[in-house]
Amino acid sequence: MSGPNSDYDPVEVTPLKEAEVEAMREAALQAVAGATDLDQLRQVRHDHAGDRSPLALANREIGALPPQARKEAGMRVGRARGAVNQAIAARQAELEAADEERMLAEEGVDVTLPWDRRPRGARHPITMMSDKVADVFVAMGWEVAEGPLVEAEWLNFDALNLGPDHPARTMQDTFWTEPTDNHVVLRTHTSPVQARTMLTREPPVYVICPGRVFRTDEYDATHSPMFHQVEGLVVDEGITMAHLKGTLDHFAQSMFGDGITTRFRPSYFPFTEPSAEVDLVCFVCRDRSPARESCRTCRGEGWIEWGGCGVVNPRVLVACGVDPDRYTGFAFGMGIDRTLMFRHGAEDLRAVFEGDVRFSLAFGSEL
Amino acid sequence: MKAPVSWIRDYVDLPADVTTEDLAGRLTALGLKLESIHRASVDMRGPLVVGRVLTMQPEPQKNGKTINWCTVDVADANGTGEPQGIVCGAHNFAPGDLVVVVLPGGVLPGGFEISARKTYGHLSAGMICSSRELGIGDDHAGIIVLPPDAGQPGDDAMAVLGLDEETIEFEINPDRAYALSLRGVAREVALAYGVAFRDPADRKVPDPNDDGYPVAVDDPAGCPVFVTRTVAGFDPSAATPGWITRRVRQAGMRPISLAVDVTNFVMLELGQPIHGYDRDKLSGPIRVRRATPGERLTTLDGAVRELSPEDLLITDNSGPIGLAGVMGGETTELSSTTTDIVIEAANFDPVSIFRTQRRHKLPSEASRRFERGVDPTIAAAAADRVAELLVEHGGGEIEDGITQVGQPPTPRRITIDADLPARITGMPVDRATTVANLEAIGCEVRADRYRLTATVPPWRHDLTDPFDLVEEVARIVGYDRVPSVLPAAPAGRGLSKDQSLRRRVGRSLAGAGFVEVVTFPFVGTADFDALGLDAADERRTSLRLANPLRAEEPLMTTTLLPALLRTVARNASRGADDVAVFETATVTLPHGGPAAPILPVDRRPTEGEWDDLNKALPAQPLHLALALAGERERGGWWGEGRPECWADAIQGIRDVAAALGLEVDVRAAARAPWHPGRCAEILLGGVSIGHAGELHPRVCQAYGVPARTSVAEVDLDTLLQRAASVTPAPALSTYPVAKEDVALIVDQAVPAATVAATLREGAGPLCESVRLFDVYTGEQVGEGRKSVAFALRFRAPDRTLTEPETAEARESAVALAVERHGAVRR
Repeated sequence: MSGPNSDYDPVEVTPLKEAEVEAMREAALQAVAGATDLDQLRQVRHDHAGDRSPLALANREIGALPPQARKEAGMRVGRARGAVNQAIAARQAELEAADEERMLAEEGVDVTLPWDRRPRGARHPITMMSDKVADVFVAMGWEVAEGPLVEAEWLNFDALNLGPDHPARTMQDTFWTEPTDNHVVLRTHTSPVQARTMLTREPPVYVICPGRVFRTDEYDATHSPMFHQVEGLVVDEGITMAHLKGTLDHFAQSMFGDGITTRFRPSYFPFTEPSAEVDLVCFVCRDRSPARESCRTCRGEGWIEWGGCGVVNPRVLVACGVDPDRYTGFAFGMGIDRTLMFRHGAEDLRAVFEGDVRFSLAFGSEL
Repeated sequence: MKAPVSWIRDYVDLPADVTTEDLAGRLTALGLKLESIHRASVDMRGPLVVGRVLTMQPEPQKNGKTINWCTVDVADANGTGEPQGIVCGAHNFAPGDLVVVVLPGGVLPGGFEISARKTYGHLSAGMICSSRELGIGDDHAGIIVLPPDAGQPGDDAMAVLGLDEETIEFEINPDRAYALSLRGVAREVALAYGVAFRDPADRKVPDPNDDGYPVAVDDPAGCPVFVTRTVAGFDPSAATPGWITRRVRQAGMRPISLAVDVTNFVMLELGQPIHGYDRDKLSGPIRVRRATPGERLTTLDGAVRELSPEDLLITDNSGPIGLAGVMGGETTELSSTTTDIVIEAANFDPVSIFRTQRRHKLPSEASRRFERGVDPTIAAAAADRVAELLVEHGGGEIEDGITQVGQPPTPRRITIDADLPARITGMPVDRATTVANLEAIGCEVRADRYRLTATVPPWRHDLTDPFDLVEEVARIVGYDRVPSVLPAAPAGRGLSKDQSLRRRVGRSLAGAGFVEVVTFPFVGTADFDALGLDAADERRTSLRLANPLRAEEPLMTTTLLPALLRTVARNASRGADDVAVFETATVTLPHGGPAAPILPVDRRPTEGEWDDLNKALPAQPLHLALALAGERERGGWWGEGRPECWADAIQGIRDVAAALGLEVDVRAAARAPWHPGRCAEILLGGVSIGHAGELHPRVCQAYGVPARTSVAEVDLDTLLQRAASVTPAPALSTYPVAKEDVALIVDQAVPAATVAATLREGAGPLCESVRLFDVYTGEQVGEGRKSVAFALRFRAPDRTLTEPETAEARESAVALAVERHGAVRR
């Protein structure tokens, strides 16, 4: 507050003179511009925009003016104060941005540092392969059927047209359980699941059966006493070998890419008649020269042996309670381990069963 | 089955330009699967080259022999172009002749490796060959002198001599027994190329009479046909002609003597196994009968066989002289002095031969054919062929007597609908094609309006059912012509709840850092001992294999832990010290049930039969096991790692349960193989489903896994069953939460989980959660006591809780803990 108005002139109050106000404004703006950090700016705000700043004090003098002069002086001081406040706000924003920028720069890190505190996990590629196969068929409306690993001899052999003296019964070297006259075996194939399915469901049957199987094979790079198979079974009216071929072609394409086809060669399985071996055109060289000649996946053959298949032998239908005059069916089976090996170029079957975590980890979370 | 191409060509007019690859390919398409094509003469390897004799220097030796020191021009075949110095004992050649030279590094039939060696004072670098040495003839009197226009020095002599003759090896499926002979293979070749087939079994054979070697067959079912012929005055020292030894060898058998080679040759040619007896060693008539208990036979391989009453025998007055169709006996064996040979060509019941062969573990070339089925109509022709070859090459004469007991069974007939092949294969196969193809495989076909009746040829034991004929028609039409048609399945319901939950379990564990492994289910009692299971532990009750692969692991496991621990140990040995692994697999829990019935196959089992069958199987629940060793969290620039501990194993199971929408309870337990103070029993709805915690130190030692390895094993089936199929959605209160911390001092023995449960119960419905955040033991709380601190959260569904409300709930929780556990507030 100014002192007593000694030189009272209603028009000429010194602080409100235009030049005075302008000077105050200039001083304030200069101070704002000169503030180099937020602390300085805080002081500038106190000095030039605070309650006791020259402009604030000048503003109080306005009341001393004659009414006719107040408007003009008020506007003059108001404009000046506005300009100062604006400048302070702008400078504040500038300084804050610079401050933030400096802080962020200081907080930079080496993003290449590892952060593998928590080890990775993985499912086994055999599990993922089984799931993938199941998904192909489930997408067509099929269902996944399962059965026990320790199985009745009758279901593993007899019901599948492998009678007690069938030569094929020795082809599959079977693990028998004690006492052997209990007629319980480790299933040598997933086919007993097919028999179980027919015995427990009414046709039409469209099932896929992935699972573990056992044979008394010595354990080496290409043989294992336990391995994995997947079998498919369809029993319906009017089913033919053409449906079998169509299904396997679709399966092959789902697993190995568009354009991959299958080839049938006559073969023998007691549970199917006619029977065929199914080959897959090599998904790497596609049986095309000259890629084929140096192809490591098919070893120059152009085709890869994939599995066995055929029309369900009517004798099997009869043993499983399906009317062979009304229904026909087809079945196919292939090795999941083998498929994994050639699809992914694995050299040694033992890697599948050894449990070396590096093996499972290499495959990620889906095949 | 190995079939030399030249031999095949003896019976079919195969165009000369047909390559062996094409032949093999077409036969594979017909069902005789190509195994491999053998090129060079069996077990022989070059360099075998044409050479020109430049000089020959006769050098008499002290032993009376004269050898020739020769120089032979083999051009660049020896790498130098210089003449090759070779010592040769033969004299039937002269300088300038073209001869066959095997150079060092070559291998002659019989595995005879050629190297440069010092002999008769010279370094002989190779050998000038006779035809016998090359396995292409028996002329050992001199070396082969090639015609002057045969080739140039250095040329490959294999080609010059036709030694590059090709043999196709097939994998013969059990249904194609007829293809275990050149006769059968050639028949398929004729089919493949549509060319004429000359049946080697089609020969004029004199009728049987009563003058042959006497034979009686007591078991005509086991032996429907038995033929004998006799050759007398045979020269046992006569050599087998080269073309027979070559073919026998090409077919994979070993030439032995003329008589044996001829019987093998005819078996290969016709598929009829032949047995020869030394007539002088036979006593009295041949009798075919089953063995009597206690009888024994010494077979040709020198083994004494205890015979079963099921074994079909060839006997004479001395007793058993042969295991019919499997192996002959020692006493009547053909020898180097045999001059009179009784030739047996018989037909035997496949099942009987199969059982005898299997019982005595005696697979032979003969049994392999008999157990799959031999053409019963060719016995007489085969015997005739053997007699002819013996006399032709070994002299003597064929006696007039011909014995034949029994007659081939009447041929089988199969009737099919004419459209069956089309209906089953999905190929447009018309009636004429069907008839033609059935006739092509040797059937006689009678047709009426809708049906065809095929009379099956006698060599096709496999053709019994209508669908068998479908396969025959289809393979001739060509499997490659089967169209590709995707069948439309009815709408499915996707994966079952169990199936999708199992995937969820695996993914959740993988997400939690566990690696899935797949192991064998085989264990031994040593595993149960290593796990520290006591004698009464139910996990020792396991299913035993009759024929385990490893004698020390004859049991089907009842727990996944042994294999999982071996996996941990293997990883550790390969440098993976920090591992977390899991496996889901079934275990086998036998219950001493009844035997599984062998049911009939001509009808569906009754419900009772089906139940009996399933009851006979052991329980096979799905288990989940996991194991952790080393660091659960790694150390690094951020600080120390954290070793895994008992709690990680338990939490692994809690996480799996959570993934299934379930919550498990845990209580202290003592069970092998766990550390007795660090073992938790896992409960689901009050039912025990397994255990988790730290392994007993002795078990760690026994399996060689890192100290303090932690494991868990639970019954996954129970978890899956309890998983809700429809989880009710939670009602979320949006009112503020009130937090209260409570620290209580209780006895060490009081489980934290019990205190938590008490607090929860005492706090009433407003309590949202109780979480333990600290455990403290030490002087401040006193000996045998611990302080447990819990964070309680309270919230009401419909209002903001007032401070007095929260305090009241908290106090009520504490009060219950005080009452139940003697807790003291800290």
